[in-house]
Amino acid sequence: MSGAIARHWRRKPLLIASRPLRWALYGGALVYLAVAVSSVHVNWLRLYDGLPRGWRFVQGFLAPNFLARWEDILIGFQESLTMTVTATAVGILLAIPVGLGAARNISPLPVYLVCRFIIAAARALQEIIVAILFVAMFGFGPFAGFLTLSFTTIGFLAKLLAEDIEDIDEAQAEAIRATGAGWWQLVNYAIQPQVMPRLIGIGLYRIDINFRESAVIGIVGAGGIGATLNTAMERYEYDSAAAILMVIIAIVMLCEYGSGHIRRRLL
Amino acid sequence: MPVPAGAGRPVWQHRSTRARLAGWFGWLMFVALFVLCWQVMTKDTIWSFVLDAPQQAADIGSRMVPPRWSYLDRLWWPLWDTLNIATLGTLLGTVIAVPVAFLAAGNTTPSRLALRPLALLVIASSRSINSLIWALLLVTIIGPGVLAGIVAIGFRSIGFVGKLLYEAIEEIDAGAVEAIEATGASRWQVIDYAIVPQILPAFAGIAVFRWDINVREATVLGLVGAGGIGLQLQASLNVLAWPQVTMIFLLILATVVLSELISAKVRHAII
Repeated sequence: MSGAIARHWRRKPLLIASRPLRWALYGGALVYLAVAVSSVHVNWLRLYDGLPRGWRFVQGFLAPNFLARWEDILIGFQESLTMTVTATAVGILLAIPVGLGAARNISPLPVYLVCRFIIAAARALQEIIVAILFVAMFGFGPFAGFLTLSFTTIGFLAKLLAEDIEDIDEAQAEAIRATGAGWWQLVNYAIQPQVMPRLIGIGLYRIDINFRESAVIGIVGAGGIGATLNTAMERYEYDSAAAILMVIIAIVMLCEYGSGHIRRRLL
Repeated sequence: MPVPAGAGRPVWQHRSTRARLAGWFGWLMFVALFVLCWQVMTKDTIWSFVLDAPQQAADIGSRMVPPRWSYLDRLWWPLWDTLNIATLGTLLGTVIAVPVAFLAAGNTTPSRLALRPLALLVIASSRSINSLIWALLLVTIIGPGVLAGIVAIGFRSIGFVGKLLYEAIEEIDAGAVEAIEATGASRWQVIDYAIVPQILPAFAGIAVFRWDINVREATVLGLVGAGGIGLQLQASLNVLAWPQVTMIFLLILATVVLSELISAKVRHAII
């Protein structure tokens, strides 16, 4: 190389430096892809039959029908929104003690283990499975949905809160401890001011998630707009379904915009 | 802030009277909203069902154990389908999400007025609608089966991958882009040599993260007929075969934990 000008420049590989590993990964991915795709059975006739329906759905989106089922849609959204508000409030309220307990730097080991177990249990199964169980126990309707969302909110919020508390600036906690403060005073004066902005941020984000989830758990009978949507789909009323989806999208975007606004003002 | 109190001595208080009043009023409104929502939500609730929930829970719990281990033999094939739905769906989603992200990122979009809002709308709609709802919709169009699941997962992934990727594109170091542009490179060469190397680790991380979420979501898509292990779950629930339901829950739990471990390991290796 030295002396002569290199005529060829070979670009360095971008992600995986080792050559054999790279080719093995590519080869493995190709083999998997071939096997996986060939194991997907597609009923082309059924697909062909469904195309007009797909087209009708697109048309439904272009001309959504808000009026034909407006009473059902209104009740559905009323259930979804009230469920979201109550479940988020209760979830946050219960998540705070669990989160405090799950932070290793401020709680004793037995409490820590119990709280970590609660978090793991609440996060292990997805909302819809929790909803199935709660519907079986508490009967159909938004109350089961409220319990589902509260339960999953606890897992989500408590985990993030605990991680946040474990990451705080120890100097402030040290300073408050040095004044002879008790545990409650420590939490109130050293920890709460440090984690509050993020707690508000996570709480607002969770409102958003809870609303989106409330649109889903209705499919298994836990109330909310999901049940209305499911019915509309089963009746092939795509114009009503499109109207519901559009309202969901609008509310989610409004939530996101609103929470972004609040976060910018508060933080 | 110090507030003058009785006896002429200023007493330190955290907030002024006005701020405190506003705070109280805010909390009052919040509690009122909560109570209102609670009343509206529970107006049709049948409380006798709620009150006997402990018995119901004990009853279901006693039916759920022990899990029917022999049922496991019939779950491997649906599990393979579930993993395929997650993987192929992630692939489909990312393939569509990449161009959408480039159109949505402020520094790479060819047109700020027309294409960028359109791309952002695609991302927002895809993100707002849960994969289960996409599946509900696609099952009536494509028909029940794995394909509907793959497309549903793919559609839901567009928004997630697209949003995180376009944010990554917007955060790149503009110096590299300028340097490549200065060599007289074309638009595509700039993307290839200046942007792609900068976002590739982030992209791989996002894709693996989404794959992990997709495994989780694919396990329940069968509830609406979109293939995978959820179909078995729905069938077992319909006949109230609780020991089988427990078995499925355990398998789903194991799969989810495993995929989370894999994704955490891979992301750790990349980033």
